Amino acid sequence: MESHPVLGDIWVYLSASPLLHLTLTLLAYLLGDWIFRRSGKKALFNPVLTSVLVLMAILFATGTDYQTYFAGAQFVHFMLGPATVALAVPLYRNLPLIRQLWLPILLSILTGAFVSTSSVVVVAQWLGAPKQTLLSLAPKSVTAPVAMGISEKVGGLPSLTAALVVLTGVLGAVIGTAVLASVRVRDDRARGLALGVTSHGIGTARAFQINDLAGSFSALAMGLMALVSAFALPFALRWVF
Amino acid sequence: MAFFFDDKGQVLMILKFITLLLLCQLAGEVFVLWSGLPVPGPVVGMALLFAGLTLRGGIPAGLGRVVDGLLSHLSLLFVPAGVGLMRHLSMLRDEWLAISLSLVLSAVLTIAVTGLVMSLLIRWTAGPSQEG
Repeated sequence: MESHPVLGDIWVYLSASPLLHLTLTLLAYLLGDWIFRRSGKKALFNPVLTSVLVLMAILFATGTDYQTYFAGAQFVHFMLGPATVALAVPLYRNLPLIRQLWLPILLSILTGAFVSTSSVVVVAQWLGAPKQTLLSLAPKSVTAPVAMGISEKVGGLPSLTAALVVLTGVLGAVIGTAVLASVRVRDDRARGLALGVTSHGIGTARAFQINDLAGSFSALAMGLMALVSAFALPFALRWVF
Repeated sequence: MAFFFDDKGQVLMILKFITLLLLCQLAGEVFVLWSGLPVPGPVVGMALLFAGLTLRGGIPAGLGRVVDGLLSHLSLLFVPAGVGLMRHLSMLRDEWLAISLSLVLSAVLTIAVTGLVMSLLIRWTAGPSQEG
């Protein structure tokens, strides 16, 4: 009788191995993606948002700390590095589009990067946020792997930055087209670019719902925004703070 | 590089291009450590791969497929970091107004300004407008 493990023992064993939380991460994402597709791909039902909420609920319910969870989830997290390198491919594919309009694209992205960073830092500082929060907020419009790298370099909290990046992405995808309509921006190249600059990959997914042209410009904006911010933001923030 | 090819070419091709992505990242990390520049290593890796593609003048078909597979579910890779929010819940409770208001205002401002600047510059360079 005693040689058979009871459910509690199995739980103790499983919760200590990386397998459980790696599997849970993939299951939660598949659930989030399923809900997203069932909703007709509504930006509010973003699969990242859903799966993060589901996983946090599970971890709180089972009293699991983040370190234990991350021991399993790190295998997914690790892929952010190679995925960042891989962004060179869509960037290269869009090269003819860049060459054609390189000056408007470059000036718009530099303007967008400046407005995004300065507005979030100024407003948050005005409302009394401490320095570490400001540094974590600054790269919020940059795609997560790069934003986390910047945050780490400048002394922010990479995990807080990652969450703020996801929030910004969902926010821009939900309100983006309404804001663009209210300022009468109707050119699809401009709409796509604005979505990519503000909301990185999540904005790009939204732009592809408008059409392929908007989507391509959004993907391009996301890549260039990452490149510009990665090189300029650490220097700018070091100079300001 | 002959050791990458045998009669199971499909799997080896995927392995080869995953290795290429890792090599670019590794070179990027080494460059950052060596130069001390405050830039994330994978971004230097991206720049290296981009330079390589430009020199080669095209994307190898296999690389395109590996990258499309990796990027088609890019959102999944953000999940472990997003769950990290649970470590900052008490901080978010104290600063929720500053964080939420700054995120919303900044998003509205960035979308509006970037969209306006881009559409004005396109008109200014006299490209044909493509409205939808």
